[in-house]
Amino acid sequence: MEGTGVRPPISTMLLILEQLMNGLQLGVMLFLMSAGLTLVFGIMRVINLAHGSFYMVGAYTAATVTQLTGSFLLGLLAALPVAAAVGMLVEAVVLRRLYSRDHLDQVLATFGLILFFNELTRMIWGRQPLFMDVPDWLSGTVEIIPGAPYPSYRLAVIGMGVLVAVFLYLLFTRTRLGMQIRAGASNREMIAALGVNIRFLYTLVFGLGAMLAGLAGVMAGPILAVEAGMGEEILILTFVVIVIGGIGSIRGALIAALMVGMVDTLGRVFLPGLLRLFLPVAEADGIGASLASMSVYILMAAILVWRPRGLFPAQI
Amino acid sequence: MTNRVLCVLALSAGLAAGPAAAEAPVKIGMITTLSTKAGYLGEDIRDGFQLAIDQGDGKLGGIPVELMVDDDGRKPGKGKQIAERYIKRDKAMILTGIVFSNVAMAVVPKVVREGVFYISPNAGPSRLAGKGCHENYFNVAWQNDNLHEAAGQYVNDKGFKNVYLLAPNYPAGKDALAGFKRFYKGKIAGEVYTRLGQSDYAAELATLRAAKPDAVFFFLPGGMGINFLKQYAQAGLNKTIPVFGPAFSFDERLLKAVGAAAVGVRNGSQWSHDLDNPANKVFVELFRETYGRTPTLYASQGYDAAHLIGSALKATGGDVSNKDAFRSALVKADFASVRGKFRFGSNHHPIQDIYIREVIETPEGTTTNRIETKVFTDHADAYAPECRM
Repeated sequence: MEGTGVRPPISTMLLILEQLMNGLQLGVMLFLMSAGLTLVFGIMRVINLAHGSFYMVGAYTAATVTQLTGSFLLGLLAALPVAAAVGMLVEAVVLRRLYSRDHLDQVLATFGLILFFNELTRMIWGRQPLFMDVPDWLSGTVEIIPGAPYPSYRLAVIGMGVLVAVFLYLLFTRTRLGMQIRAGASNREMIAALGVNIRFLYTLVFGLGAMLAGLAGVMAGPILAVEAGMGEEILILTFVVIVIGGIGSIRGALIAALMVGMVDTLGRVFLPGLLRLFLPVAEADGIGASLASMSVYILMAAILVWRPRGLFPAQI
Repeated sequence: MTNRVLCVLALSAGLAAGPAAAEAPVKIGMITTLSTKAGYLGEDIRDGFQLAIDQGDGKLGGIPVELMVDDDGRKPGKGKQIAERYIKRDKAMILTGIVFSNVAMAVVPKVVREGVFYISPNAGPSRLAGKGCHENYFNVAWQNDNLHEAAGQYVNDKGFKNVYLLAPNYPAGKDALAGFKRFYKGKIAGEVYTRLGQSDYAAELATLRAAKPDAVFFFLPGGMGINFLKQYAQAGLNKTIPVFGPAFSFDERLLKAVGAAAVGVRNGSQWSHDLDNPANKVFVELFRETYGRTPTLYASQGYDAAHLIGSALKATGGDVSNKDAFRSALVKADFASVRGKFRFGSNHHPIQDIYIREVIETPEGTTTNRIETKVFTDHADAYAPECRM
């Protein structure tokens, strides 16, 4: 504490570093969710509130398979196709009828889907949350920052997010499918006229989005409670992310997800302390906690004032 | 059959004064939370209550009863509507079942003023125990602060000096920490209020570790508690800093979802499935047999609520319309509680023993609670002196 002017003590620096990691990890989680949602939003112009349900389907499938087989990897491998299949089924059965209707109808129908999926999981798995643990090989902590042990599993989540970002980048810039998807986003009629089966493309995109949400659900399973309605908690932040990032933009989703993750985490940690500098402690804690939960929405409002269509509007 | 005849006679005797109750069974309206994530709480209260009725072949205290159950969806407005319907249309004189304090605050004051009896099997907001108490309101579970108080006393007894506190930023969260601090006298290493419904606690855990407390007390009901405990264990903190909490985060159904991450945690509770008394043995065995799972404290409270009502029905021969007689029968609490010793204080809230339970691993690899020690004997709530009836 002594003598070195305004430099904060080492332990505070370590804490800030560790909190930055936490912010990064939350950001990665949000990216996995928002990448799929923004794709569907941007390309198909569909508001899909049921995106959180695919997250839940992923988590439930992984938890069940992991419990049956004892292998987290098998759980992960099972959850991805299941989430994708559920997504494609929903697209074919429900959403396909809604493309030409206005957004209010879509909101209504997909909100109905949320209720449907939540009750369905309660009917199949019961009301009590499922158990899902970190696999043995990812349990424990790593001291990447000396003196601040960090859970290995959270590192793995960050790694998974990087992999997905790279995969999506390659998919959209290097493959024919990616090109078609981008073309479909900018001009639906033209790409259909060129002979691309846009209907099939939509189903595929929707499945991909659902799979990414399912992946987020699997990654969240060991950290969070696997329970009916778990998707809605993350869904709100996901919408904030895609609005900040610019609807339809993967790049925007990535950057906005990291921003939201950082602001939310750092706000929660440091706002009460900051307010304590010029407010009584009891008041500072109360106001700090409330301000922290508002911080991401304040960020969203500020960015929308500056760029009404988000950071990277409609370019994938 | 003779019971039924007696009941009819008793009822018709009181018919002139009472509302249009028929010779039909005594109606009990249960308003509880069956949907939403917290739906399992109401499910356990209902199942415990129903078990007591089934035990008596459709009767409580020898009087035939009809239990009506409806889901409030955790919404105060919906709870009010259901109460209205039970009272106006079904002419129910006894209501019970509410899980959450905010629903209770919307429903209870109004119905008890209308002369209906309300027996709370869970929610125990401070207002209803203190200034807002009412002669027709009985709480058979606890006042909200009680289980936190037990944890505070225990942590204090064990010589912890620097405790870190964590609760959601809403009234019950603040009450919980206030209850803890009423009996804990040491230093507070940190007091953090998180967002209600928050799922990720990484940031809070890092700050917690940096504060170097010698113990942690948290109140995070439902899924929040599961998230917190899992993440606490993943951060390796469960090996260095012991955790304490109220029983709400450690009921037998939540423990299944937390798994080994909860082992060693100590929690305050007025009941446990291994509590050694005859009524409890019967209850736990019967519950397991009927529903195929170990009962939670919520189920025990539902079961006790049913038997309390049964004791008063028995004493009055099923005549609820004579309110003074029914009320004084309830006050006596003349039933075998699964908690053992049980009586009501002047504000119709329990005076009971409160324990600390430890979460242990069973030989089969599952986790369960075991009574560790009794913290309070004949514990009453802090608000009773404010209650004037």
